[in-house]
Amino acid sequence: MSSVIANPAVGEGVETALETRELSVHYGDKAAIKGISLSIPRHRVVAFIGPSGCGKSTLLRCFNRMNDLVPSARVSGEVLFRGQNLYASDVDPVEVRRRIGMVFQKPNPFPKSIYDNVAFGLRINGFKDDIGERVEQSLRAAALWDEVKDRLDDNALGLSGGQQQRLCIARALAVEPDILLMDEPASALDPIASGRIEDLIGDLKRDYTIVIVTHNMQQAARVSDFTAFLYIGELIEYAETERLFTNPAHERTEAYITGRFG
Amino acid sequence: MSRHHAAVRPDPRMNDTSLAPRGGRFEPRIAQRQRTGRLFRGLCLAAVAFGVVSLVVLLIDVTRDGLGVLSLDFLTRYPSRLPARAGIRSAILGSLWMVLLVTVLAFPLGVGAAVYLEEYAPKNWFTRMLQTNIANLAGVPSIVYGILGLAVFVRFLGFGRSVLAGAATLALLTLPVVIIAAQEAIRAVPSSLREASYGLGASRWQTIRHHVLPVAMPGILTGTILALSRAIGETAPLIMIGALTFIAFDPVTPMDSFTVLPIQIFNWTQDARAPFHDLAAGGIVVLLVVLLLMNASAILLRNKYQRKL
Amino acid sequence: MSQIASSSSPFSARRRPLERVIRTSLFVCAAASVLVTVGIIYSLFADTISFFEEVSISSFLTGTTWSPQAGSYGVLELVYGTLIITFGAMLIAGPLGIASAIYLSEYASPRVRNVVKPTLEVLAGIPTVVYGYFGIMFVTPILRTIFPQTGIFNAASAAIVVGIMILPMVSSLSEDALAAVPRSLREAAYGLGATKFEVSTRVVTPAALSGIVASFILAVSRAIGETMAVALAAGATPRLTLNPLESVQTMTAYIVQVSLGDTPYGSLEYRTIFAVGLVLFLITLAMNLLSQRITRRFREVYE
Repeated sequence: MSSVIANPAVGEGVETALETRELSVHYGDKAAIKGISLSIPRHRVVAFIGPSGCGKSTLLRCFNRMNDLVPSARVSGEVLFRGQNLYASDVDPVEVRRRIGMVFQKPNPFPKSIYDNVAFGLRINGFKDDIGERVEQSLRAAALWDEVKDRLDDNALGLSGGQQQRLCIARALAVEPDILLMDEPASALDPIASGRIEDLIGDLKRDYTIVIVTHNMQQAARVSDFTAFLYIGELIEYAETERLFTNPAHERTEAYITGRFG
Repeated sequence: MSRHHAAVRPDPRMNDTSLAPRGGRFEPRIAQRQRTGRLFRGLCLAAVAFGVVSLVVLLIDVTRDGLGVLSLDFLTRYPSRLPARAGIRSAILGSLWMVLLVTVLAFPLGVGAAVYLEEYAPKNWFTRMLQTNIANLAGVPSIVYGILGLAVFVRFLGFGRSVLAGAATLALLTLPVVIIAAQEAIRAVPSSLREASYGLGASRWQTIRHHVLPVAMPGILTGTILALSRAIGETAPLIMIGALTFIAFDPVTPMDSFTVLPIQIFNWTQDARAPFHDLAAGGIVVLLVVLLLMNASAILLRNKYQRKL
Repeated sequence: MSQIASSSSPFSARRRPLERVIRTSLFVCAAASVLVTVGIIYSLFADTISFFEEVSISSFLTGTTWSPQAGSYGVLELVYGTLIITFGAMLIAGPLGIASAIYLSEYASPRVRNVVKPTLEVLAGIPTVVYGYFGIMFVTPILRTIFPQTGIFNAASAAIVVGIMILPMVSSLSEDALAAVPRSLREAAYGLGATKFEVSTRVVTPAALSGIVASFILAVSRAIGETMAVALAAGATPRLTLNPLESVQTMTAYIVQVSLGDTPYGSLEYRTIFAVGLVLFLITLAMNLLSQRITRRFREVYE
């Protein structure tokens, strides 16, 4: 792919939250993503779509250096956040991950109380203000407060799937990330719970930049401002969601969204 | 307005421009936390090193003390009041008797029980009770088996302080371990194999005999060898049933008195006279070599079996 | 089960009795395990009952002096010996076992794990009489150089070698428990900006806690039943003392001592074997049942 950084929001006066330059990831000999250069605009929702194996999750996980946890992963290229390359040798991934939060596909609350789940990130990051107040704020922001406010000491595993996922979102929000990464956050949930997550994303984008990976195209169309289509590790098209879905510029994009493959 | 808000009491903060938690003070102190992490890792590594070093020190100490004593004479002589003339002949023979008889007693019984539990037993409370019982028996201290042997084999059945009483006691001790290992090996046989056999019209026993057991056998043998290697090292139960500490003859029949290597080692270690301590160490070296050979063969067997699968 | 034995088949008549015979004999094999338990209970209780005809249960269970030759049958002194050595052994095996498990599960590369894990298993396979030798011949002399007032038989030496002996048990079982914690929990913690240390200690270890506790209980049970190492290293003097440098006697060591001696069969002193054996059996049984309960609850958390 060319080294021009794809930015569908260019010219709209929107700041850049995150930018990749020639980003490639190899697991052993296999290339998962190749030479991707794109820009994530601030306070917008960007969706990554594509058939399975296209590298969308891998790309997402580069943004908070989660790929570091895979021993065979090799990353080349740059990821720029606030002017700094996150993959510079003097950057500790631990620092990155507070600023760039993540919500995972299958809800993964800790086997602790609801309160302790949200408080965990606060405690390890040395939060100096009132933890109880912050826990409440986060749960409200995740639209979960009213459902759990009387049972904050209950074990989080007793919540329903959808509630657990909102708890994971609250947990991530508590530490004030700039960017929230969501890896298929609703795919393990039933349609109603899934819908609530989508509503939540719509609310959250006022304060956060959100990048969401999804294999559900209707969801991408509903929820995102911009959509990037990946195919076998390459960025094929990246544009405003409405335009990409109604008038895709690339043949492969069109083939994918009309269901001819994937 | 999103769907879920309409269903719930209006949140007073709804009209704020922001729901998001912001403006908190964080002191992540990352460098310090990483330093603590490195210290912790070092401590955990030290713990691992403690275990490994203990093993090395133990082996070196025993070998250093015992190597000088090892000779063909040591292996072929009986214990004696004179350390220079003492040997572990009777102890080795006694241990050999034990291994053979325990295998003869515990192997068929143990494998039979395992086959029943895995292939025949209905899933009811009785079977569960059997299973729990076996698991509990595996955890009973070996000396309690000694008491059992004393009461039942030595006294009640009148075997006296014989090889038979000892082997029967050790067989009971080994039985639960053999059953559990055999069960695991049988469980590992894929059910597709059984289904293919039944599909061809074979009966349950035919399936077990011709298909399940042959495939499970390497695993069963491995588990049995490991169980036997534990039995060889057992001392307390045999002391309980009266295996003597000074045997200066070869046990020839199952009703003879006997001793085993661990008991001989125990006896020499307890002796106040220092030269006997070296004899004990020599006995330990022999015992450890035997155990090494047994475990190595069990592992080789297991590896061969895994490669076939 | 698809038992194909139609009555019209010429072979069915021959097959069915054989099948039944085999099934019955295999059932007998399995049921034999019940006989063993019955045997254990019988052999423990029979002589214990006759023992309690001459010694009161309360003086047995609450007395603090164990001196059968002087007519004193307070088993607490022996129980104490067992407990203090078990406690000392767990002081070593507990922290070191968990720390080893954490290292092997969270920090070690697969290559290191493949070497270290079997090495620790070897420690578990060494016969206890060898540990007894090691305790009295190696550990005790070292203790005596550091603390000259240490007895030739002392509790500390026994506790140390028993601790080394049960270390692999704690380490192995705890490592299994830690490895069973789903990867997703670790990822969640990393995602919030936790360091590896924090992930291991504040998320993974608490999540594996029931498995770790179960391993502790099993190790304690093993230490309680341990005989030869303590008989050799700790000696044969029942004593209620907090000083680990003195000799104590455990229940197991006492039973061995009586067996080695000339106690006449059927005498009261002889019957103490069974009474003490019963106490030992009940304690280890309780621990094993407890650990099974905890392991079952641990499995439920992830299912």
